[in-house]
Amino acid sequence: MDLFINIFVGIIIAATPLVFAAIGEVVVEKSGVLNLGVEGMMITGALTGFVMTVHSGSFTVGILSAIIAGALMALIFAFITQSLMGNQVATGLALTLFGLGLTALIGNSYTAESIPDFPKIFIPVISDIPVLGPMLFHFDILIYVSIALVFGVKWFFDKTRLGLTVIAVGDNDDAAHSIGYPVRLYRYCTLMFGGGCAGLGGAYLSMVQTPMWVEGLTAGRGWIALALVVFGAWMPVRAMLGAYLFGGISILQLHSQGFGLAIDPQFLSMLPYLATIGVLVAISLNKKGSSKLKAPACLGKPFYASD
Amino acid sequence: MLKIEKRREPSQAMVYITPFIAIALTIICGFLLFAIMGKDPFRATSLIFFEPVTSLYNISELLVKASPLILIALGLSMGFRAGVWNIGAEGQFTIGAVTGSAVALAFYEMEGFYILPLMCLAGILGGMLWAAIPAFLRTKFNTNEILVSLMLVYVANLLLSVLVHGPLRDPDGMNFPESRLFSDSALLPLLMEDGRAHIGFLVALVFVGLALFIQERHMLGFQIKVTGQAARAAQYAGFSSKKMVWVSFMISGGLAGLAGTFEAAGPVGQLVPTLPAGYGFTAIIVAFLGRLNPIGIMLGGLLIAITYIGGETAQIALTLPSATTSVFQGMLLFFLLATDILINYRIKWFGFFKPVAKGK
Repeated sequence: MDLFINIFVGIIIAATPLVFAAIGEVVVEKSGVLNLGVEGMMITGALTGFVMTVHSGSFTVGILSAIIAGALMALIFAFITQSLMGNQVATGLALTLFGLGLTALIGNSYTAESIPDFPKIFIPVISDIPVLGPMLFHFDILIYVSIALVFGVKWFFDKTRLGLTVIAVGDNDDAAHSIGYPVRLYRYCTLMFGGGCAGLGGAYLSMVQTPMWVEGLTAGRGWIALALVVFGAWMPVRAMLGAYLFGGISILQLHSQGFGLAIDPQFLSMLPYLATIGVLVAISLNKKGSSKLKAPACLGKPFYASD
Repeated sequence: MLKIEKRREPSQAMVYITPFIAIALTIICGFLLFAIMGKDPFRATSLIFFEPVTSLYNISELLVKASPLILIALGLSMGFRAGVWNIGAEGQFTIGAVTGSAVALAFYEMEGFYILPLMCLAGILGGMLWAAIPAFLRTKFNTNEILVSLMLVYVANLLLSVLVHGPLRDPDGMNFPESRLFSDSALLPLLMEDGRAHIGFLVALVFVGLALFIQERHMLGFQIKVTGQAARAAQYAGFSSKKMVWVSFMISGGLAGLAGTFEAAGPVGQLVPTLPAGYGFTAIIVAFLGRLNPIGIMLGGLLIAITYIGGETAQIALTLPSATTSVFQGMLLFFLLATDILINYRIKWFGFFKPVAKGK
């Protein structure tokens, strides 16, 4: 039973950086922008969160600065793609390269530093319930924040006027512009939100999950988050479930030797990537079936307002 | 205060001027970055940009780095022109290195003029095979080729790792995850006595000429251009978009695979797990820096190679991490993409406080 609880908790913790990054990108892509720089924003958040915690000694300062750092990276992307109409695919790649390089450059002197354990919430009585207590009520606060964020975004798109406007901007930017919505402003905002989420996801990695800093800490998680958005067919809750599935695969990898699986661990490491491809194919097969599964119509296309 | 106005026609002058503006801006920002980090900015800048062309050895190293970049970027540029995004050239490079090396190891301790051509063929086919996966999924199921080709990079690297730990490992190598050293017939001839520059650079130059011919004189070049600029017009003209996806992936995959074989048979001389050094990703910058034009790509490849060598020199001389190079490369790409706007648009400055006049 203890092993089961450990695995369950491990999956949730492994998945949470992906949940944050993916939910941010869902909002970005809903507004019609494809930001491939998630990896770059995540790692910037990871380093910023870690460094600021080392210097200030406060987790709150660390978390907040990670969010701001991710959003600032997204601002570079927004300026080039929205104001200067640069190619989104290439700009996203540049963001990733730049983020990975800059963090390695600055983070070089922080690899030996350490920070204290991130506090877990312990609610008397409830957290003491056998099995369920340690499974559901003994996490750090960020996990609850991530779940709340996912449902918040779902509510935003389903129930609010602003959310519907964002969807309209992503599906038909020209029409949205002609009835007077500031398309660029909306996209600046969604991009900054996405950057903040990616930064937070990175910070979760460097401050809670590992907690340490090494060059290239995110190890491709930003790219997996991008795939999860497609996996979830641009739906927040599905993207989150996808993240947990991936968390499960990575934990399976860790425990495979314990289970006595006689597979080369490198083949197991391939699983998340192969699963992503499988899911992408499944999604594309499904496209004709339901109109809900469609990508935002303006995804990745530049927008030029001709007054 | 700023207003962006569409030009009637794209500015040809700007196509050539903007890369230099981007390079200048990158140098300025790099200068500031070094100053902030407390390193002597004059020394760092000159180490990165000028030191690499000062000695024959460094120039030879420069050609070693430029060859794979130019080869891969040439292939990618064809796809980018047609609107096909192969982001996974790094994976195709790795698989090309594996298949090329497998042939080299199969002919271990045998001599013959035919070994090297066979290796190149295997490398090209390996790269094509890996590129065929995203091409097939895209044309058959309309699956996003960006994500599929990218996921396959990670799979390719893991596959390389499995192979050098297992079937391709040197039997006398005391369990080190490395292949045997290639025999002489499986190594690329060198260009100069000193240094590691090999004939791969000449091959890259031949492909530059070939790409120039296809782009300017061949029907395929025209089809690629039309498909990229006006997909619907291409459809009416009867150009198959599926064919374009396949052609783009086969050319870029094949060239990336060839570059991988060259890397194993040239500077490295064996198959090692650290062989994929990011050329496949950097080539994307090279393609953009060269404006997707073969001559531009050749110059862009050489320039990026300079930053590689310079980055390594600066790394040792100023104790900077190796990632310094990717900071510069990322910035360069940012500035290129940002200044792209000057080609199709004109920027008007209205002063700080004057409101933008409407309708003018």
